[in-house]
Amino acid sequence: MGATPVTDSAWTSEVLESDRPVLVDFWAEWCGPCRLVSPIVDEIANEHGEQLKVMKINVDENPGTAREYGVMSIPTLLVFKGGRPDKRIVGAKGKAALLKDLSDYLG
Amino acid sequence: MTAPDTVQQVVIIGSGPAGLTAAIYAARANLEPLVVEGVVEGGPTGGQLTLTTDVENYPGFAEGVMGPELILQMRMQAERFGTSFVTEDIVKTNLDQRPFTLETASGGTIATHALIVATGAKPRRLEIPGEEELWGAGVSACATCDGFFFRDKHVVVVGGGDSAMEEAIFLTKFASKVTVVHRRDELRASQILQDRAFANERIEFVWNAVPTEVNGTDGQVSSLTLKDTRTGEVQDLPADGLFLAIGHIPNTWLFDGSLETDDDGYLVVEEPTTRTNVAGVFACGDVMDHTYRQAVTAAATGCKAAIDAERWLAAGGAEG
Repeated sequence: MGATPVTDSAWTSEVLESDRPVLVDFWAEWCGPCRLVSPIVDEIANEHGEQLKVMKINVDENPGTAREYGVMSIPTLLVFKGGRPDKRIVGAKGKAALLKDLSDYLG
Repeated sequence: MTAPDTVQQVVIIGSGPAGLTAAIYAARANLEPLVVEGVVEGGPTGGQLTLTTDVENYPGFAEGVMGPELILQMRMQAERFGTSFVTEDIVKTNLDQRPFTLETASGGTIATHALIVATGAKPRRLEIPGEEELWGAGVSACATCDGFFFRDKHVVVVGGGDSAMEEAIFLTKFASKVTVVHRRDELRASQILQDRAFANERIEFVWNAVPTEVNGTDGQVSSLTLKDTRTGEVQDLPADGLFLAIGHIPNTWLFDGSLETDDDGYLVVEEPTTRTNVAGVFACGDVMDHTYRQAVTAAATGCKAAIDAERWLAAGGAEG
């Protein structure tokens, strides 16, 4: 399980048109701090998947989406609600801090 | 906070070269060390090396080694001899009572007879207007993470040490131009890195200047306000990105009030040992070294800390 990979081409249907809020993890292989955040994002996907759809996008393979939303530092987590970015979390954080940042969406 | 079930012989806080080397030595001394590899509070798990690329000055690697790979090898080596790992940040310590206790972010408690502090240091920030607001929108402290987003753009690196030169050279893989802004008229970086930076056609230097403000347009970095340190003259330097390499702050806040620090905030040890002012607590790596700050010196002090801890335990220190 964990976060589901998404690509530039599936972006609109998977993220913008989702009924639930979507948490997207922007990451890349060469990014050390991304490797710290990804397992936490996977845990959030497993534990809170009902309230929050959790996806990850590889910026190396999908640079268009990162550019469109002004992602210039990774890891960046964006929460989309109703097709728009609603929250931006930049940089690696621990699980407790992330859950606090996401509390609005976890009801 | 839950009560600990067992008391460890030795716990090591930190998972960079100092902490992992301490673990290798302590494990080989049959102390079954526990390494608390923090997550984010003191920097990334594995320490600053995990944010670097080629490490060319670590002995034993004639062709260089990737920083994350070097750390991974050290971690596997420590594990091979019986080190266990907890991947969590410590949020609180109690060094007033024996055994020492540590509280983890999830509310667990770890008790230990000896403690090795290898918490390292994290990047210093400029603390000027715009820096916080534009963090992640052009302002970064990690070239290897974020250089990718500055293809064919102009970026500024602030700093004059080895890290600044490494970042500047790395960023020329992506950026069309890299401007190094330094507050003095000469670099502190090692000669080989200076030579490489000076020889790189994409790198320019602005001397005797300090940034006073980061300016943004549409939520992204657009320029940097610079002040001349001699004349006070102010100029605007257009830039798409700003990378900070202005040194580090030792991670000592867990020990405020219990461990002695020097004027710069580094832990004080009884040279040539790694003993702190609290018996049974030893410090190694960048948290106590403001002079050398190399992977190899961190590893060396980690080795010393493990041997110091082993001798202290063998001499009955934990009972005393």
